[in-house]
Amino acid sequence: MNRQREMASALCELLPQHCVLWSAEDTRPYECDGLMLHRQLPMIVVLPETEVEVAQVLRLCHARGVPVVPRGAGTGLSGGALPHGEGVLLSLAKLNRIIEVDPLARTATVQPGVRNLAISEAAAQHGLYYAPDPSSQVACTIGGNVAENSGGVHCLKYGLTVHNVLRVRGVTMEGESVDFGSLAPDASGLDLLATIIGSEGMLAVTTEVTVRLVPRPRLARCIMASFADVGHAGDAVAALIAAGIIPAGLEMLDQAASRLVEPFANAGYDLEAAAVLLCESDGTPEEVDAEIEHMCAVLREARATRIQVSSNEAERLRFWAGRKNAFPAAGRASPAYYCMDGTIPRKRLGEMLRTIQALELKYQLRCPNVFHAGDGNLHPLILFDDGDPESVARAEAFGAEILERCIEIGGTITGEHGVGVEKLDQMCSQFDPSTRAAFVAVKCAFDPSRLLNPGKVIPTLHRCAEYGRMRVSSGKLPFAELPRY
Amino acid sequence: MVTNVSSQAAVTALREVVCEAAAKRAPLRIRAGGTKDFYGNATTGSVLDPRCHSGVLAYEPSELVITACAGTSLAELENTLAEHGQMLAFEPPHFGSTATLGGCIAAGLAGPRRTAYGPSYGGVRDFVLGARMLDGRGEVLTFGGSVMKNVAGYDLARLLVGSLGVLGVILEVSVKVLPQPAAQLTLSFELEQQESLDRLNAWAGQPLPLSASVWHEGVLSVRLSGNRAAVTDARGRLGGELMEASSADEFWASIREQTHPFFAGAEALWRVCVPSTMPASELHSTPLIEWGGALRWLRTSRASQEVRAAAQRGGGHATLFRGDPSYDVFTPLAAPLMTIHRRLKSHFDPAGIFNPGRLYREL
Repeated sequence: MNRQREMASALCELLPQHCVLWSAEDTRPYECDGLMLHRQLPMIVVLPETEVEVAQVLRLCHARGVPVVPRGAGTGLSGGALPHGEGVLLSLAKLNRIIEVDPLARTATVQPGVRNLAISEAAAQHGLYYAPDPSSQVACTIGGNVAENSGGVHCLKYGLTVHNVLRVRGVTMEGESVDFGSLAPDASGLDLLATIIGSEGMLAVTTEVTVRLVPRPRLARCIMASFADVGHAGDAVAALIAAGIIPAGLEMLDQAASRLVEPFANAGYDLEAAAVLLCESDGTPEEVDAEIEHMCAVLREARATRIQVSSNEAERLRFWAGRKNAFPAAGRASPAYYCMDGTIPRKRLGEMLRTIQALELKYQLRCPNVFHAGDGNLHPLILFDDGDPESVARAEAFGAEILERCIEIGGTITGEHGVGVEKLDQMCSQFDPSTRAAFVAVKCAFDPSRLLNPGKVIPTLHRCAEYGRMRVSSGKLPFAELPRY
Repeated sequence: MVTNVSSQAAVTALREVVCEAAAKRAPLRIRAGGTKDFYGNATTGSVLDPRCHSGVLAYEPSELVITACAGTSLAELENTLAEHGQMLAFEPPHFGSTATLGGCIAAGLAGPRRTAYGPSYGGVRDFVLGARMLDGRGEVLTFGGSVMKNVAGYDLARLLVGSLGVLGVILEVSVKVLPQPAAQLTLSFELEQQESLDRLNAWAGQPLPLSASVWHEGVLSVRLSGNRAAVTDARGRLGGELMEASSADEFWASIREQTHPFFAGAEALWRVCVPSTMPASELHSTPLIEWGGALRWLRTSRASQEVRAAAQRGGGHATLFRGDPSYDVFTPLAAPLMTIHRRLKSHFDPAGIFNPGRLYREL
């Protein structure tokens, strides 16, 4: 309590009083991010309004050994912005200015609290947009996108955050401002920009981002194809790519997912199909016509049972509405859902779906699936009851087993949502001790005090030893009712 | 990543050399074909040749990923991809027939296709998905993977791109590959430098399949690649003279491999990487311009401070690509960045044995 009062008054000397929150009723909204299974009240919340204030807060916390957790819009799905009970939660929400849109250079320089979609809206008058489009793009901020290396439904063709950001200006835990990358295509020295992007707020606090803008294609059309078997749909994905096509979007929903979203979105999905594939083409009208025709031929060859092509923009958006509303639909169908994020080699999609179906029986929980099929990135949505501790434990064990399977078949535990606190255990499986030691070294190279977003991403040796023992005891978790951090 | 038996033996052999050198604090100069010996600051040490570790480990065209050992010949790798109608989208320069994949990643140099436009193109780092390396303790570290999207742990595979071997020995790399374009053609225009820059930037803001550009001595050449309909449509919009296909291929190869007459001779060659909109008047000598205006090659004997200052004023940096080795080759780093570099070096290479000084004297 004393410490909280002391810290709050020191912070009030640096920031206007309305930018420092410490009463539980004010800090409650910050107790979790999009991963609501984990909650923790922070000691103090600060909302600086300038980069100078960010640096001052960090310097103060560094001097006093107080942990700092940065936070954007709080839409993250892995607990990356979970507060520290004895720490300061640093919200970047007030740094929300678009500093400059340069249509000729095709760049936008913005503060971290600017929403992803707001960048595209500001660039629209120039025929440009910011390509990565995570499904939360209405709410999520560019600072959070940098922290997570966010993707979206168009990243097979247009790339992830790391491919679309030129420069990140950040403040280190020691309070020093550093530019990573540059306005040129590359910068001198090691590529620390790539290290910062996806570092989950553990290396520096982002205060400014310059993104690359790309021209909006003249036209986009979407194919909706049905398959009688999920394996056939997986094969169709491989066949499209083998035919030399890089679709602008390539998404899959299994039958459970289609049935889940249809009443919600009225997208017109084929509810009898085992899987529905959405394939988008964009470019000039002639290019799109040719590509759509080519894709339809490949899909028919790959045993599609029904093919529909959007004939206008409204129809195209309707096709996508189902996919983009999968998470809210899951939220409506069940008291809670747990979204997984593994990525696997594309050719294993069918096999992975069958594994998940078997796990539904094992854990007695439903799990509809939506995939960024073009990237092999899975989003199984485990439906459970968050009011029932036993159901929560089953959901977590179900999720953990999916992730372990992803590693076994040559994939990764997270494609775009990050490790956060959620996947710390599986980091032990995916990386050997020397690689994890390298992660610690990188953390220390940027933040020797290890005060910036501590306890995220990199599991301790002790934790990995414990996780190893737990897995050995035949997958049955001891104390399954206890929360695990 | 899959590793076969002979490559395991090679890793063991490389590891022994590293451990012995670390114990004696004796520097190692990592060098395969030696095609990029000219690049970077001078370094010392006995040669460590990773070519004992070569070969493609995994390649399935429908996965758009190839995983190969660092010692694999770059030409062979590209031939393997071409057999399946695919390519390295960053069009790396070889600078000689003995170039290897490891050298390509460590140098981090991309060719003409690394334009500021085209969504599917980019630099070397944009296509690296995963890597295995040997650090200065002789430990094998594995970063990233062979799938398209992976945010587990820090993205250290990309950190190796352009690292010039100062962090360790690259063992294996997984790279995203792309289908070769169905159609390609080159157009040329007689234009002055500033006019070319204006036009390139304006074009880049439109959805056109531009895949390379060069301005040199009053002629702007642009390459269009992609879907046949898109290329034909863009040709109609842009106008210009159509270059005959075989001379166009030769021309782009001469830019990529720097066999074009502009690159001949002994005068210092500067690589000035800047925002594509930097006005022509900022640089005092006449460059050869690539990447839609963002890469400007200069032949000049001007003092390095002068060239650097101009590049930095424009928001970029300048590298002494070929020239007097007594200069610092790379633009010096801001102090906090150098501190991070030093700390990284001391973890990955505590005995300071890998390519000392090649990137920066301090590393």
